[in-house]
Amino acid sequence: MASVHDEVRQFVIDNFLFGQADGGFSDDISFIESGIIDSTGVLELIGFLEERYQFQLAPTELVPENLDSVNNLARLIARKRKASEQAQQKEEYGVCR
Amino acid sequence: MLGRMSEMLSHRGPDARGTFADDHAGLAHTRLSIIDLQGGGQPMGNEDGSLQIVFNGEIFNYLELREDLIKRGHHFATRSDTEVILHSFEEFGEDCVQQMNGQWAFAIWDRMKRSLFLSRDRMGVRPLFYAFAGRTFLFGSEIKALLVHPGVKRTLDLRALDEIFTFWHCLPPNTAFEGVRELPPGHSATLAKGRLTIRKYWELQFPESSEDGQGASEEERSAELLELLRDATRIRLRADVPVGAYLSGGLDSTVVTALARQFVPHRLRTFSIRFDDAEFDEGAYQQAAIRHLQTDHQEIYCDGATIGRVFPDVIWHAEKPILRTAPAPLFLLSKLVHESGFKVVLTGEGSDEVLGGYDIFKEYKIRHFWAAHQDSRLRPLLLRRLYPYLKNIGAQPEAYLNAFFHPDAAEQEDPFSSHQPRWRLTSGLKLFYSADVKAELNGRQPADDLGLRLPPAFLKWNGFHRAQYLEASYLMPGYILSSQGDRVAMAHAVEGRFPFLDCRVVEFAAALPPRLKMKVLQEKYLLKRCARGLVPDAVIRRHKQPYRAPDARSFFPGGRPLDYIDALLSADRIRQDGVFEPAAVQRLVEKARRGNLAGLRDNMAMVGIVSTQLLLHRFGRDFHVEEQHNGERS
Repeated sequence: MASVHDEVRQFVIDNFLFGQADGGFSDDISFIESGIIDSTGVLELIGFLEERYQFQLAPTELVPENLDSVNNLARLIARKRKASEQAQQKEEYGVCR
Repeated sequence: MLGRMSEMLSHRGPDARGTFADDHAGLAHTRLSIIDLQGGGQPMGNEDGSLQIVFNGEIFNYLELREDLIKRGHHFATRSDTEVILHSFEEFGEDCVQQMNGQWAFAIWDRMKRSLFLSRDRMGVRPLFYAFAGRTFLFGSEIKALLVHPGVKRTLDLRALDEIFTFWHCLPPNTAFEGVRELPPGHSATLAKGRLTIRKYWELQFPESSEDGQGASEEERSAELLELLRDATRIRLRADVPVGAYLSGGLDSTVVTALARQFVPHRLRTFSIRFDDAEFDEGAYQQAAIRHLQTDHQEIYCDGATIGRVFPDVIWHAEKPILRTAPAPLFLLSKLVHESGFKVVLTGEGSDEVLGGYDIFKEYKIRHFWAAHQDSRLRPLLLRRLYPYLKNIGAQPEAYLNAFFHPDAAEQEDPFSSHQPRWRLTSGLKLFYSADVKAELNGRQPADDLGLRLPPAFLKWNGFHRAQYLEASYLMPGYILSSQGDRVAMAHAVEGRFPFLDCRVVEFAAALPPRLKMKVLQEKYLLKRCARGLVPDAVIRRHKQPYRAPDARSFFPGGRPLDYIDALLSADRIRQDGVFEPAAVQRLVEKARRGNLAGLRDNMAMVGIVSTQLLLHRFGRDFHVEEQHNGERS
C-alpha cells in the first residue's frame, strides 16, 4: 500500500508537473518557492485532500505550514486523521453508554 | 516568385495588386484602398521613376507634410500619403521618418543607387519581416510570403519559442522561424551592396527623475492630454472610406469613440464582442456607451466552441505560438467589420501601456509598497482588490496570496522586478519541453538576452516606468499589436488605427510622473480625469477588466477534444514533432478531459502547446496545402 507521502507526491507530480519530475524533489521542498504550484494550484491541492482523505479544511488551516511541501501535507493528513479517529471514538463511546 | 509571394498577402489587400521589377529588384503590393482610391496604386514611382515604393499603413499627418513639401518645390501627381513618403524621402533622405506621424512599414527602392530603404513605425503597429535566401534579400508584411521562397527554411526557432514561453513574445529581431527576422519597431534599414544596415531612429524614453519637473498643474495636464487625444483621433479619421470604431465597453475605446463622434457628421458605426460566459462579457458597459454616444452598433457573440473552431486560422495569421485564445474573438470581429463594408476601425489600443492601465503596474506598486511596509495589514485587501474579476483569486487563502505575491529582498534589486512573477509563471510551461529541446536550449535564460537590449537609461528610471517600457516596447508590438492586433484584423482586410499610440500622445504620457498615471491604485488617473463628461460615469468608475476570452476549454467542449486537437496532441504526433514530451502532454490532455484545467499556467500550457503544434503543421508539411486554400477565410 502506498504511503501518504507517496500518494501526495504522486498527486503533485501528476497534476502540477505532468509527470516531469526531473531528478525528483525532496519531501521538504517548498512548492511555492520552487514554482511547482502557482497561486491557483493550491485550490486543486485542497480539492484533492478533501476528496481523497475525506476531511474538511478550515480557513485557518489553509496556510503554507500545512500545505507547502510533501512533509507538511503528510503531517496535516496524519493530524486530521487522528482528530477524526478521536472524534469517532468519542461518538462510539457515547453510543455505548 | 513575386506573384506567389503577393498571393500569400492577398487577404491584407484584396482591392488591387501591382508589381514592379527591374534587373536588380522586384516589388509586389496587395492594396487595401483607403486614401486616394483611384490614384494610390502601388508600387508607386516618383516623377522619373528612379524611386519605387511599396507601403502598408497610413501617414496620418500626410496633408501637413504634403503642404510643406509643395512649398519646398515638390510636385504631386496623386492625393495619396504614399506619394508623400516618396517626396519626403527625396527631400530628407532616411530622416524623413522623423517627421511622420503614423503607422507604417514601407520599402523604397532607389534604382540609381541600387539600395533599398526599409522602415517601420515607432510602436510596431505595422509588421515587416525579412530573410536572406542565399544572396537574395526578401521582405514582406507577413512571414508566409517569405516562406514560399525555396531558400527560406520553415523551421521552428526554438529560442523564439523559449522567449514566448517566458515573455509571451519573441525578442525582435527573432521570429518563430529560423532565419526569418523582424525589423524592430522604431527602426529603419538600408540594404546596399548585399549588406543590411539596421539603425534605431526612435525609442520610448522616460525621464530619469520621477519627480514632477514641468510645473504644469494637474488640470493643465488633463486639458493637454485631451487636446492631444482629440487631434490624434481627428487625423486618424482621414480616409476616403468610412471609418468605424471598436467599442468594448472599456474606458479607452469609449473615449476614442466619443472623440471621433465630435468629427463625424453622421452616427458612428461601432462594433463589439459579446461572450456567452458572464465572466468575460462586457455587454452592460457596451450598452451604456452605445446609449450615451448614440452609435449604430453591431456585435458578435462568441463562445468557446467558436474559438476552438477558428483557432487554426488564427495561428495561420499570427505565425507564432500564442498562450491565450484572446486573438480568436478579434479575428471574428474583424470578419464582421469586413462583411459590414468597413475597412478601417479606431480602437483604444495602447492606452493601458502609455497611460498606466495594466494590472501588472498595480501589482508592481503593491509589491513595492509591501517591501517597504512588511507588516501592513492592508496587504490582503490590496491583493484582492487587484484581481476582482478573477474567480480563483477571490477563493485563494490569504496566506497563499501573501506567499505568492510577497517580494523577496533580491527581487527588489532586480530591474525586471515588475515582470518576474509573470515570467516565472509562464516559464512553468517549459516542463513540457522534450528532452531534445531542453538539451538544445541548454538552460538559456531569455531574460539575459532581454537585458542586453535595454537602453542604458533603463536602470535610472522609476520602477513604474521600467514596467511601462517592458509592456510598451516588447509585449505590445510582440503580442497585443500583432497576434491580437494587425494579424487578426488584416486577416479580413481591416486596418486598426490607435489614437493612444499617436507619437505625440506617447511622448507626452512618457514624460508624466507615475502618480498621474496611477494614483494609489487608480489606473489611468489622468485619462479618467480628462474623460469626465465625455463618456458615461459608469464607464469611468468601473473596475478595469482586461480583455480575456475562454481559453483551453475551447478545445474540449463537453470534455471531448475537437477532432483536430485530438490529432495534433496524440502521443505519436507529439513524439514525431519532437518539441514536447508526449507523456506530459497526455497528462495535460487527461486533465482537460476531466475539466480540471485550473489557473493560468494550465491554460497557457494547453494554448501554447496547441498553437505550437498548429504552427508546425500549417507551416510545415501542410504548408503547400495551406497555400492553395489561402483564399478560404472562415
